[in-house]
Amino acid sequence: MKINDVILRTVVKGVVFIILTLGMYLFFAGHNAPGGGFIGGLVLASAVVLLYLAYDIETVQKTMPFDFKKVAAIGVLLATGTAVGSVVFDVPFLTQTDGYFTLPLLGETHLTTVTIFEAGVALTVVGVVVTIILSISEEGEEE
Amino acid sequence: MIIKLAVLLPFLAAAFIPLVHKQIRREHIGWFVLAVPLILFAILSSYIPQIANGKTFIHTLEWIPSLGINFTTYLDGLTMIFGLLITGVGSLVILYSNFYLSAKESLHHFYCYLLLFMGAMLGVVFSDNLLILYTFWELTSVSSFLLIAFWHHRKASRAGARKAMVITVSGGVAMLVGFLMLYAMAGTFSIRELIAQLNTIQQHHLFIPALICVLLGAFTKSAQFPFHIWLPDAMEAPTPVSAYLHSATMVKAGIYLVARMTPIFGGAETWFWLVTIVGLTTLFWGSFNAVRQNDLKALLAYSTISQLGLIMSLFGMGSLALAFDFDVEMTPIFTLAGFAALFHLINHSTFKGALFMMVGIVDHEVGTRDLRRLGGLLPFMPLTFGIALIGAFSMAGLPPFNGFLSKEMFFTAVTSLREFEVFSLRSAVLWIPIIAWLASVFTFVYSMIIIFKTFFGTHHPERLDKEPHEAPFGMLISPFLLCAFVVLIFLFPNVLGHYILQPALASVYPTLPVTNITPHIAWWHGFNTELLMTIGVVVVGIMLYKTKRYWSYIYTFLQPRHSFNALYEWVVTSIEDGSQRITNKYMNGYLVHYFVYIYIIFIAIIGGYFVVADVFHFDPSNDSTIETFELMIVCIVAFAAVALLFSKSRLTSVLLNGVVGYGVAFFFIVFRAPDLALTQLVVESVTTALFLVSFKYLPDIKPEIASVATKWRNAIIAIAVGSLVTIIGLTVVNYNKFEPISVYFEDSYELAGGKNIVNAILGDFRAFDTMLEVVVLFIAGLGVYALIKLRHRKEASDVENK
Repeated sequence: MKINDVILRTVVKGVVFIILTLGMYLFFAGHNAPGGGFIGGLVLASAVVLLYLAYDIETVQKTMPFDFKKVAAIGVLLATGTAVGSVVFDVPFLTQTDGYFTLPLLGETHLTTVTIFEAGVALTVVGVVVTIILSISEEGEEE
Repeated sequence: MIIKLAVLLPFLAAAFIPLVHKQIRREHIGWFVLAVPLILFAILSSYIPQIANGKTFIHTLEWIPSLGINFTTYLDGLTMIFGLLITGVGSLVILYSNFYLSAKESLHHFYCYLLLFMGAMLGVVFSDNLLILYTFWELTSVSSFLLIAFWHHRKASRAGARKAMVITVSGGVAMLVGFLMLYAMAGTFSIRELIAQLNTIQQHHLFIPALICVLLGAFTKSAQFPFHIWLPDAMEAPTPVSAYLHSATMVKAGIYLVARMTPIFGGAETWFWLVTIVGLTTLFWGSFNAVRQNDLKALLAYSTISQLGLIMSLFGMGSLALAFDFDVEMTPIFTLAGFAALFHLINHSTFKGALFMMVGIVDHEVGTRDLRRLGGLLPFMPLTFGIALIGAFSMAGLPPFNGFLSKEMFFTAVTSLREFEVFSLRSAVLWIPIIAWLASVFTFVYSMIIIFKTFFGTHHPERLDKEPHEAPFGMLISPFLLCAFVVLIFLFPNVLGHYILQPALASVYPTLPVTNITPHIAWWHGFNTELLMTIGVVVVGIMLYKTKRYWSYIYTFLQPRHSFNALYEWVVTSIEDGSQRITNKYMNGYLVHYFVYIYIIFIAIIGGYFVVADVFHFDPSNDSTIETFELMIVCIVAFAAVALLFSKSRLTSVLLNGVVGYGVAFFFIVFRAPDLALTQLVVESVTTALFLVSFKYLPDIKPEIASVATKWRNAIIAIAVGSLVTIIGLTVVNYNKFEPISVYFEDSYELAGGKNIVNAILGDFRAFDTMLEVVVLFIAGLGVYALIKLRHRKEASDVENK
């Protein structure tokens, strides 16, 4: 995709930050309000896709040197890992737990294992969506 | 707790290998892996004294408690024997393969599969829950498949792997059916609870079908006649794998199952006859066929089949002890068979493991294992000869090796059957000892073949690819340790008997007093029938060995091995052809057709259910009134959907599709489902982006060419589906056949600690679904990547060998 659209790029620069923030917000808000791992992951993925649409692949790879297949793999490992992890603590498979902890800077915080699980979901979604879109579009450039 | 982790440790280690194998040198992976079985062996050994005192350990971890599926690990005498074999032989095999496999092989795959197998096998013997046992059971088949096909560039490896997989997995499925029948009878999957409900089970009409199904699983896994055909082909695996899986552990899983199930099925006549006759047939057929093999490994494969048959038949005879009440005089005679089975199980693993490693050394250092090319290796490989001598003499049942003791006990067991009047045994009295004796003669003959054809006779350097020389020290450690066990067990059999065999006997016969039934193992019984039989075996065996070329022509007449293989080939190819024909009929590449199948099935099953259950009634009185803007959205969506049918370009289609999607998202907003609306909106955007990038590959839309009849058919199906969905939507509101589950969602904060019920469902109540969905999504992503990226590479190099 060799587009050189100044307006698009300028807008994207700003918009991507908004989308990324929204994605992170949705991810954390999901516990008690609309949001969650899947939707958060989708929003983050759409931000990345938008970057790829506006810039070429090399530029984006330079700023985000991730292998998105690995991102997806880490996500799957996180999700299944929390499931198996509960076994180590002698509770049934996939048991989630939560609690209130006092952390520096943040004060009393509600921490849950389901957040780790959801992070796994989010990473998988980001990884898979970007992998699919990238492989299809890269294929086009080679031909 | 430690035991439970013991089962998981190999899996954890297997998961680590792919992550770290690039960081460490290839040659060193094996040494890290070696630590796993060593640690487990040490842990298990520390439990031996407690187990010997009759203690058992149980640990339950709830997995799916609502279905009675719990991950229960149970450590008793029987588990201990197998656990020690798996970890002990496992350590030796890994040590051996560190020297056997060259660093050029993909070692990280090899050790990953091997650890996977080890974990699965430990899972089989530690599980108390039948379904968990089944899962691990099939996992051993899968890892065995991967290991047999380790050199997957060879056609024979792939064929052997597939054969082993097909046969053992089919048996496994039969076994699963048997387990489900047991569940139907007793309402539990736990083996201990099943034993506690013996009376209910044995009176049940499903008892015999369940018995046969479970035995099918055991016979296929343990390569019993006529399912033995997979084991010789499995010898395509690297030799350490053959030594580990296909002689010491995996093939003994069937025997484990028989031993474990003896308390449940043991008293039944069918069980006794099936296990004994199949075992004896296998014993004879294996040893008879081993004699004619020219490949040393094939010879050992048939010998393994035969020895497995021996152990199996001993368990069959041992099960008689449960057919009548305990009697101080009579019971020990039958339990002796069970004891001999456990004893021979260990002995076989020691001497056969050593022999396999010996063959591996010969193959490695000489370059062939064909008996027609070998000969006169004694001056070159004296140490290897020592291993062969000890292993083969033990297998032949000669003193001073452990095989002698268990072989004598086997003879005692078969000759003492005549003293009893159960199950019309009298008629079988004569032929059981005769078959056993004949099989032992052939066992003697092939043991001699191993020693004399390999190490004596004339040396033919011109037939060998390499200059023969002694193996490196490291390769000799493992077989020598096994040989040491062969001798030590002969010298101190009762130590083994007390610490290992007696508690295992207690697991096989939980209802009998174990101290009364444990025999004392002795070297010398006086000049009795057993000793005369052994002397007969040696004399006749030597005669047969010397005259082999005069009588070996009988093998040209008898080749049913080929007919069993032919039957297998016929079944596999006809199933393949048949399924291909059927699949080609309906998978014709037309997306329209696929949609038609899906929709027709949907209408038939869902619509059919609603008609049959007679729940098609709805009551509009409770519905709220339809607002104007809702009607507007409906109209927009409907208009876009209809317009989609007439669009002439892909861009229009994509846009109209987007209109439908966003319209639905608006509905979600209107009806206060912000989660769904958000998801729908983002999915729509990402899908549109996907369309944008893939646009240029899509061909132009062509006008649909179809007959009027087809168009009408499609239209009717489409309308039927649409109306069905609408009606279901209206009906569901009044459907009251199930208990509402909304309490879960209302109490989500107390139950799951989150106020957002959608995420409480996704992350907690139905987290299992979510987890698997994530895995599926990942696999789908990898699939897309592989399809697109790897296509080029395949086109470039045409190395796919058929």
